[in-house]
Amino acid sequence: MAFLTNFYAFLFYFAALVFVSGVAFKIVQYARTPAPLKIPTTPAPITSTGVTLRMVREVVLFESLFRGNKWTWIFGWIFHFGLLLVTLRHLRYFIEPVWFPIELVQPFGIYGGMAMIVGLGGLWARRFLVDRVRYISAPSDHLILALLVLIGISGLLMKFVFHTDIVEIKAFFMGLYAYDFQPLPADPLLLLHLLLVALLLIIFPYSKLLHAPGLFFSPTRNQADNPREVRHIAPWAKKLEQ
Amino acid sequence: MAKATFLVPELTQYTEVPAITPGAMAHSSPFFSKPDFQEPLGYPGELVDDWQNKAIDKMGELLGKYRSLQVYMDACVKCGACTDKCHYFLGTSDPKNMPVGRQDLMRKVYRRYFTVAGKLFPKLVGAEDFTKEVLDDWYSYFHQCSQCRRCSVFCPYGIDTAEISMAAREIMDSIGVGQKYCNEIIAKVYKVGNNLGLPGPALVDTLEGLEEDVYDDTGVRVRYPIDQVGAEVLLVTPSADFFAEPHVDGLIGYGKMFHESGVTWTLSTHASEAANFGMFIGSYDNMRRISQRIQEAAIKLKVKRIVFGECGHAWRVAYSFLNTLAGPWDFLDPRYPVPQHICEFTYDLIQQGKLTFDKSENDDKVMTFHDSCNVARATRMGDTPGGQFEIPRAIIRATCNNFYDMDEDTIRDRTFCCGGGGGLLTDDLMELRVKGAKPRMDALNNVIQEKGVTHMAAICAICKTQFSKVLPYYGMDMSQIISLHQLVGDAIVLTPDPEDEDANDDDDEDDD
Ligand code: HEM
Ligand code: SF4
Ligand code: SF4
Repeated sequence: MAFLTNFYAFLFYFAALVFVSGVAFKIVQYARTPAPLKIPTTPAPITSTGVTLRMVREVVLFESLFRGNKWTWIFGWIFHFGLLLVTLRHLRYFIEPVWFPIELVQPFGIYGGMAMIVGLGGLWARRFLVDRVRYISAPSDHLILALLVLIGISGLLMKFVFHTDIVEIKAFFMGLYAYDFQPLPADPLLLLHLLLVALLLIIFPYSKLLHAPGLFFSPTRNQADNPREVRHIAPWAKKLEQ
Repeated sequence: MAKATFLVPELTQYTEVPAITPGAMAHSSPFFSKPDFQEPLGYPGELVDDWQNKAIDKMGELLGKYRSLQVYMDACVKCGACTDKCHYFLGTSDPKNMPVGRQDLMRKVYRRYFTVAGKLFPKLVGAEDFTKEVLDDWYSYFHQCSQCRRCSVFCPYGIDTAEISMAAREIMDSIGVGQKYCNEIIAKVYKVGNNLGLPGPALVDTLEGLEEDVYDDTGVRVRYPIDQVGAEVLLVTPSADFFAEPHVDGLIGYGKMFHESGVTWTLSTHASEAANFGMFIGSYDNMRRISQRIQEAAIKLKVKRIVFGECGHAWRVAYSFLNTLAGPWDFLDPRYPVPQHICEFTYDLIQQGKLTFDKSENDDKVMTFHDSCNVARATRMGDTPGGQFEIPRAIIRATCNNFYDMDEDTIRDRTFCCGGGGGLLTDDLMELRVKGAKPRMDALNNVIQEKGVTHMAAICAICKTQFSKVLPYYGMDMSQIISLHQLVGDAIVLTPDPEDEDANDDDDEDDD
């Protein structure tokens, strides 16, 4: 078992490294790239408080998508809300003591997992049923959905059918903080689940999953509509004036 | 006219989303620019050697200069929300006219050359080499985007296909593949001063003629001044306004409105064009160079305020970019925003009770209003968001008794493009223009049938030209599209000046 434990330990170090450095690189890249012109999609908020509210509505409610397509919105929102609950629920494996809000969220995390699968199912169905969405889908779009569905199903199976030793799992992850490898239970379903999660972390910075950080940097959404009041000029454009 | 060599779509009650027909518009592509029009803009005359590497380098440069491009290349999740939002897709059913389909033409190249996944597993992520076929597709489909931003309204990340089309055109220009219509016009602005190539003396003549016409019509000496040093307001308007129906009726309306306002104003031969096609080709440099003329004219004419006439994309460049491109404007009167839209100006006067209208003058018309995309989704009027929708409507209501809006899904920020924006207003793209107008025509036809609407007002020179051309294809009449300020001009009650009785007219315009 030592081999498996070591393999997974290094896999997660690697995945965490790729995820954190990859996403950090992208965030720095987005932040450093200037937006030379004011291009908010109007009507847009005039103040920065207004912009913050617009962004909150986009992140929490998917406001634009709601206006755009109700089916995608409902499935997409169910999936993401489910994912959020699941992620919060999983925090208990990574912190000690477990914070009170995370304790509270535990039962909802289960429903979150089911919601995730339902939402993903709906989104995936659209990729087959709607000719326009079929046309724009690349193999990677299907694979990411498959990956998330498999993560969800393997997780739920462990909850309801093939139980695994979550105390050992927690010991394994807590051990990773201290470079102290604790044995991982050798349940095939758990190993699959963890392998897929590591894969998700690794592809995150190199795939369309960048939509999560990307949204916050989208100039059509994060700019205030005040070009007449405040002169907006990018450093490279300023040079043209000399 | 209106003899089509292609099938004109049938109007339907609601615009239906068609099943996709791949390649339906692959044949549509505008005339190429000639070296004569490329060089004044700073671009190579024809396709350069080693174009592929140069194009990729240019793409890299733009990715570093425009956050929008960098984020939008990465962020799309192919959710499909935008797929049924583009009028060109709705009118042609070509899937490359779905906003995401159009973006993917660039995204597949981006992925191939700029992402790890696309370098390692091109097939998996839909990455492709930048081949001649891909370039041809770019030229065709990035000239089937009117940069109307309708897609960006509905995209969960606000991905704006206009930004991508602009970047694509800039990349193509940089390797010598330019579009004739836009680049010829920009070259004309540099040479003569406006899109139509009307020289200064011709403008002076036209305006004198206009003064005579208005005098004959109303018995009041309304002035159409040009190059008048010391006037309070510099009016910058699209050159179409000097030239043809229905535009010129708008210009007549501005003059009457200024007459009643008591505010002195002037046009300029130097800045005799509001349009700025530098935006359509995504060129910051050209857009800036064209904008600078306005600053030069404002300084030379010692004006205190700048007002823009009815033009959609010009208002975008003016409202959103002018401060960036040609500012700061600290030498103008700080009590007014710079620049102002002619509608804001007229609306303020109405609010102050300075204009008197006889609405019955417009009783021969039942009006509707077309929100021009650039005004609707890329600018504002007044101090509250959405003023760009309310102010023009308030002016129509103040000047007309009969006004009905089109279907809610097709107005305000969900407005459909006229089909001729973004540098596509050229005869070599007639099929695209007619088909792309379908969603707007559907909605217009509805209010014609249900409310008895007779005319549609617009505040954009491109929209007006496009509709005059396209309405007949759909069995309507070209005269059904009018300038918003024609309504103002027709309903306004003019105050005669004491000197109006004098036959001798002391013009004091000086030519440049
Ligand atoms: C700031 C956080 C996030 C926001 C605001 C957000 C928002 C969205 C929206 C609006 C969509 C389009 C609708 C849909 O297809 O569901 C979407 C799609 C998607 N999101 Fe997120 N997301 C976020 C984080 C994440 C994370 C952390 C993941 C996965 C680990 C994820 C995975 C996905 C996937 C796979 C899709 C595509 C679904 C499909 O193929 O149709 N998202 N996201
Ligand atoms: S900007 Fe307008 S024309 Fe271009 S893809 Fe989007 S909806 Fe279509
Ligand atoms: S709406 Fe936005 S994220 Fe969705 S497919 Fe279109 S461009 Fe991509």
